[in-house]
Amino acid sequence: MNRYYWILGAFALLVALLAVGLGLNPRDVPSPLVGKPAPDFKLPILATPEKTLSPADLKGQVWLFNVWASWCVSCRQEHPVLVQFARSHQVPVIGLNYKEVRGDGNLDMRRIAPEQEKTLAFERANGWLAQHGNPYRLTVMDLDGRVGIDYGVYGVPETYVVDKAGVIRMKHTGPITPDVLSQKILPLVAELSQ
Amino acid sequence: MKRLFLLLFALFLTSTASIASEVKEAALAADPVAEKRLQALSAELRCLVCQNQTIADSNAELAVDLRREIRGMIAAGQTDGQIVDFMVNRYGDFVLYRPPVKGITLLLWAGPIAMLLIGLFALHRYLRRRATRLDDSERPLSAEEARQADSLLKENTPQ
Repeated sequence: MNRYYWILGAFALLVALLAVGLGLNPRDVPSPLVGKPAPDFKLPILATPEKTLSPADLKGQVWLFNVWASWCVSCRQEHPVLVQFARSHQVPVIGLNYKEVRGDGNLDMRRIAPEQEKTLAFERANGWLAQHGNPYRLTVMDLDGRVGIDYGVYGVPETYVVDKAGVIRMKHTGPITPDVLSQKILPLVAELSQ
Repeated sequence: MKRLFLLLFALFLTSTASIASEVKEAALAADPVAEKRLQALSAELRCLVCQNQTIADSNAELAVDLRREIRGMIAAGQTDGQIVDFMVNRYGDFVLYRPPVKGITLLLWAGPIAMLLIGLFALHRYLRRRATRLDDSERPLSAEEARQADSLLKENTPQ
């Protein structure tokens, strides 16, 4: 009889292990950038292409960095949440437009000349924001995705919370739901803003 | 039926995508030595988009971009260690198919050995128990037991 308890115990342990392991989201890879300074960049601003923005320009305030693109379907899903958040004017949301033209699987890059890419990207990004609302204090354009690589972007949308000292404090992969906003992002932003 | 159609469509899409990226990359594959290093390096790195493929195998956009980055770093004369660090700093140990041994990966590395040891221990115990059980059954009867057996046999023998 004792023996069977042993086997039952081992089986229960295995089930518990699998239940926890399979319940985790394999897409949610912890970012090594949390706790580190936001990687530097210098990218043109969507509204004023002749000007650029660097993370250093935002020092002294808490900001959200949201990676998006007009071809990204899940971005449309989270967009109303961001627009609503921006209305509350708590902290600025900065957009990182990630590979607006190159990332779109429906476009054939071989038919698009390099100088054409920039114009097309700005046009598409502006058009999308005009259509869906603009929650961003400003958006910077990462045409070739290099800044995205520095931030470890692997699936749009992604959102980073950066503190006053310019250190990344949180990364959320995937669309922001009202739950994620109210339970993860807002408490952290409130804490960091103090 | 709809599913089958979707599957075929997806296959078609991926095949055209891979042709496109192959054309793009063939032009870059000019230096055979650098290309070999790229192959070796990217075969050790996991693609984050299609998580069970290496960066060498994957045709996801990000994998193409990362191969481009690695090519650039090789051309800039960086060592393999520097390139792997570049990846780990951005995506974490998750990109490594052979993660380093440290606190959080200890179970991963030591787990199989621990399981083997537990298995060997259980086998050893089982064999020992069986051996004593067999010994018991082969021991000759004591005088008392022999008498009991005799009387039982006599009772059951038809007269």
